[in-house]
Amino acid sequence: MSQAQPAEFELQVEDRDSAVLTLRGDWVHGREHPDYRELRDELAVISAPELVVDCSALGTWDSVLMAFLLQCYNQCRDENIEFQPRELPEGVQRLLQVATAVQPYKPPAQRRRPWYARLHLGELLRDFLERSRETLAFIGEVSIALWKLLLGRSNTRFVDFRTFCYQAGPNAIAIISLTSVLVGMILAYLGAVQLRQFGAEIYVADLVVIGTLREMGVLMTAVVMAGRTGAAYAAQLGTMQTNEEIDAIVTMGVSPVEFLVVPRILALVVMMPLLTLYANLLGVIGGGIVAGGMGITPLMYMNEGEQALSLVHLNVGLLKSVIFGALIAVAGCRAGMNSGRSSAAVGEAATEAVVIAIVYLIIADAAINIIFQQVGI
Amino acid sequence: MAEAHIAVRELTMAYGSRVIQRDLSFDINRGDIFVIMGGSGCGKSTLLKHLLGLVEPAAGDILYAGDSFVHANANARDVMRRGWGITYQSGGLFSAMTLAENVELPLQLYTDHSPADRAAIIAYKLALVGLDGYQDFYPSEISGGMRKRAALARAIALDPDILFFDEPSAGLDPISSRLLDDLIVQIKESTGATVVMVTHELPSIFGIATNSVYLDAASKTMIAYGNPRELREHSDQPVVRQFLAREASTAAQEKTA
Repeated sequence: MSQAQPAEFELQVEDRDSAVLTLRGDWVHGREHPDYRELRDELAVISAPELVVDCSALGTWDSVLMAFLLQCYNQCRDENIEFQPRELPEGVQRLLQVATAVQPYKPPAQRRRPWYARLHLGELLRDFLERSRETLAFIGEVSIALWKLLLGRSNTRFVDFRTFCYQAGPNAIAIISLTSVLVGMILAYLGAVQLRQFGAEIYVADLVVIGTLREMGVLMTAVVMAGRTGAAYAAQLGTMQTNEEIDAIVTMGVSPVEFLVVPRILALVVMMPLLTLYANLLGVIGGGIVAGGMGITPLMYMNEGEQALSLVHLNVGLLKSVIFGALIAVAGCRAGMNSGRSSAAVGEAATEAVVIAIVYLIIADAAINIIFQQVGI
Repeated sequence: MAEAHIAVRELTMAYGSRVIQRDLSFDINRGDIFVIMGGSGCGKSTLLKHLLGLVEPAAGDILYAGDSFVHANANARDVMRRGWGITYQSGGLFSAMTLAENVELPLQLYTDHSPADRAAIIAYKLALVGLDGYQDFYPSEISGGMRKRAALARAIALDPDILFFDEPSAGLDPISSRLLDDLIVQIKESTGATVVMVTHELPSIFGIATNSVYLDAASKTMIAYGNPRELREHSDQPVVRQFLAREASTAAQEKTA
C-alpha cells in the first residue's frame, strides 16, 4: 500500500461571496478522520452564499467520506448555501447524486414527555379500563360464537377441534406425568414432617388424596398447560396475524373467533378434566411412594386414602379444571389475536398469554376456594 | 477486463435423491450484473442458496476469486461472506429493529466506527436508497417497496464486492421496480461491485443485465449463457428465445411441462 495520507479538511473563507472546503488525504474506514461536528460549527458562522468543495488532493475514499460529504450537503441545503463540487472523483459524484435525489424525510415533531408523565394515575386507570373492556369484548365474541355453535350455524370445523384435542391432550401426558408424581411426593413430604410430631403419619394418605384432588392436581396441570398450550395458542395466532392469515379468514367471510378461537377453547376445556383425572391418579401414587419410604405399606396407604376419598373432592377438582381450561385458552387466544405484526410482537404475545393465564388461575382458584369454604363444600 | 469473480464448476444440486439441476458450469465476471433466469420451479432460488452457502451442493464446486467456497471451513466462509451484501426475497429485515438498527448491525459487528460515525454512515446508506429520515421506523411501518430498499441499504452497509438479490422487484410496481434497477446500476457503477440476481422480470433483465444463465426445468441443466439481449435474438434454444420474447407456444409448454 502506498504511503497513507492523513484525512483532513480545511475551510477557507476568501471573501463574503465564497468559501472553499478542501478535502485531503485518505478517507477510509480504519484511519483517523475528522469529525463532521468540527466543520458544522465552522460552516454555521460563514455567510457566503456558496461553498466550493475541492477534492483535487483527495486520496482513497469509501463510505466514511460519503457520510461526511452528505452531512455537509444537507447542512448547505438547510442554510441555503450553494454546494459547488469541484473535481470530485466520478464515483463520489454519482453516489452523492443518488443519495441527494430524495430529500430527507422529516417526521412531524413530537413533544417528548418526561418519564414521570407516564406515571399519571388517570392514564394508568384508563389503560386498565381499556384493557378490561377489550377482554370483555373478546369474551363476548367468544360467547356469541359458542351460541352459534350450539345453534349449528357456526363455521367451526370439527377437524380443527380434533387436532387441538390431540395437541392439548395426549401430547401433554409425558410432562403432566412427571410434574404430578413429583408434586404428590412433595405434598407427602410436607405433611409427613408435621404429622410425625403427633405420631399420625398414617394421615399422610388423607392429606395427599384430599390435597391432590381438590387443589394441587388441577393447579399444577393448569400451570403446565398455561406454559405449554396457552403460549402455543398465542404464538400460533400471532404468527397467523403476522402472515395476514387472519385477514384472509376475515375476507373469506368467516369469523376468526369461530374458526380459530372456538376450537382451541373447546379442545382445552374438554381435555383439562381428563388430564386432571390422570394427574390426580399419579399425584396420589407419588404420595404413596413417599409414604412407603416412611414405613406406611401400600395397603395401609390405600385403605386410609379410600376413606378420605369422596366424590365431592373429585368434583371440586374437575369443576376447577374446566374453569381453568377456559381461562388459559381465553388468555392465550386473546393475546394471539391482539398480537402485533412482527417477530418480537409474537414473542410478547406468548409471554403475555402465560403471565395473564397464571394470574387468572390463581385469582380464580382463590375465589373458588373462598366460595366453597363459605358454602361448606 | 474480464476476470471470473465467481466460478461455478460442474455443480449438481439435489434435495435428497431429487436432482434439481446438474452439471452447471459458468463464470460470473467482476463488475457483471449477472441474472439467473428460468421458468418457475427450475431451481433459480436453489442456485442462489448454493452460491450463498445456505445449501450444500451434491457435487461440484463454487469458487470466489479463485478460492473454493464449498471446501472452505466455517471460518474461511465467514471471511468470504463479509464481502457480500444480500437482499432476500421478502427483505429479511429484522422486524424487531428499526431501520437504523438494521443497517447498524453489520457496522457494529465488523467495523470499529464510533457511534457518531455509524449514525452518519447509516444516514448516508439510507439516503442512497431514498430513505433518509426513516431511521426510527420499524419494517412493519413502511411499504413493501421501501422495505426492499431498506434491505438494500443494509446489504450495502459494508461496501460489499458482491451483491446478491433474490427477486429484487417482485411485488413492486413498474416505476418502483425501474427505480430499484437504476439504483442497483448506480451503486454497482460507483463501487465496482459484482451483482448477482435471480429474477424473471424481463424489463429488468434487458434493462440492466450484462450476463446471464438460463436454467431449464425439463432437461435439469443450463441451456444458455450470455448477454440476455443477444440470447433473445441468437440463442439456438427455442425455449430461451420464447422466454425472453415472452411468447407462449406449444413447444415451450411441452418442454417446461
